[in-house]
Amino acid sequence: MSDPVRESETEAKARRGRNIALAVGLFLFVLLIFVVTIVKLSTGNGAVRTF
Amino acid sequence: MSMATAPTDVRAPARWQDFVQLLKPRVMSLVVFTGLTGLVASGQPVNGFLGAVAILCIAVGAGASGALNMWYDADIDAKMRRTRGRPVPAGRVQGSDAAGLGVVLSLFSVMLMGMALNWLAAGLLAFTIIFYVVVYTMWLKRWTAQNIVIGGLAGALPPVIGWAAATGQAPLNAWLLCAIIFMWTPPHFWALSLYTSEDYAKAGVPMMPVVRGAAYTRGQILAYSLILAPLGVAPAFTGLGGAAYLAVSGLGGLIFLLLAFRLYRSRAGEAADPRRDDGLYDVAAGAKDARNLFAFSILYVALLFATLLVEHLAGLPALELV
Repeated sequence: MSDPVRESETEAKARRGRNIALAVGLFLFVLLIFVVTIVKLSTGNGAVRTF
Repeated sequence: MSMATAPTDVRAPARWQDFVQLLKPRVMSLVVFTGLTGLVASGQPVNGFLGAVAILCIAVGAGASGALNMWYDADIDAKMRRTRGRPVPAGRVQGSDAAGLGVVLSLFSVMLMGMALNWLAAGLLAFTIIFYVVVYTMWLKRWTAQNIVIGGLAGALPPVIGWAAATGQAPLNAWLLCAIIFMWTPPHFWALSLYTSEDYAKAGVPMMPVVRGAAYTRGQILAYSLILAPLGVAPAFTGLGGAAYLAVSGLGGLIFLLLAFRLYRSRAGEAADPRRDDGLYDVAAGAKDARNLFAFSILYVALLFATLLVEHLAGLPALELV
């Protein structure tokens, strides 16, 4: 009988993938907030050049 | 009305791709496109990065709505062939995880929109998410055959959000773009539901063909198309669209009306008459009319917004016909 606590190779791989996606998401979130702050500080209302 | 019967036991490990699927990427792409058109058509110069952030917020807000929709509708999705493979009904993602993702992304998109752009755009985005999840998903969808008519407002608002993000205002021209998508939604979805109504009936969703029958639905499609075709041309008269837009919307509207009229005269959505030898052929031909309108409706709305987008990006002059 398999150990119910021990995760299978597939489960471990899926968990690793989710963890990496979460880490990348959090990093991008922090980076985004940082860049938005810099842009807002340097442009005021942001209306400086044509989109 | 409840989502209590949703299967939430996880049968396979969730991959990160399952969480992406919860965000309904295809719906997201349409919303991004119309939101971008609103932002650009406003004519207000916007910092490129902040413009991209506005579009990101609209996309993430739409994705959050999709995740919350998939959480709440897991019981319905499990009964329909088209949706039973979604992550929650398929048991790959727990309902609570989908709901959590939806709530977190909703807060993220609204707060970021407010901080980076302005709070009118953030408020409109919040309203859109709440309207889609609470008014459409939780209330209208299971209650009335008018579900996609009223609920269509959520899908129609992105151009107004984009416009508001750029200017801090929501003038009539922004609401005109909203009105075009709003009037486009019923013929688009009802054409689809005419040949997928069995699925909706099985799930107990009161789509128009299920509740009022195919003939009534075809009449409603024609009625909405008669309003949509002139409405689609209207931006050329309000200083929003140029000559190319007038040509595309005029010709597109005529083809839309023609296809809607052919669908009206077909037998799309009706069951085959077993007494007739050619019953099967008749139904197949009717379904083809519904499919034709459904397919063209996507092309039509894409062309209208693409033309507006190109005209404004290229700096082509708008017509002042009124």
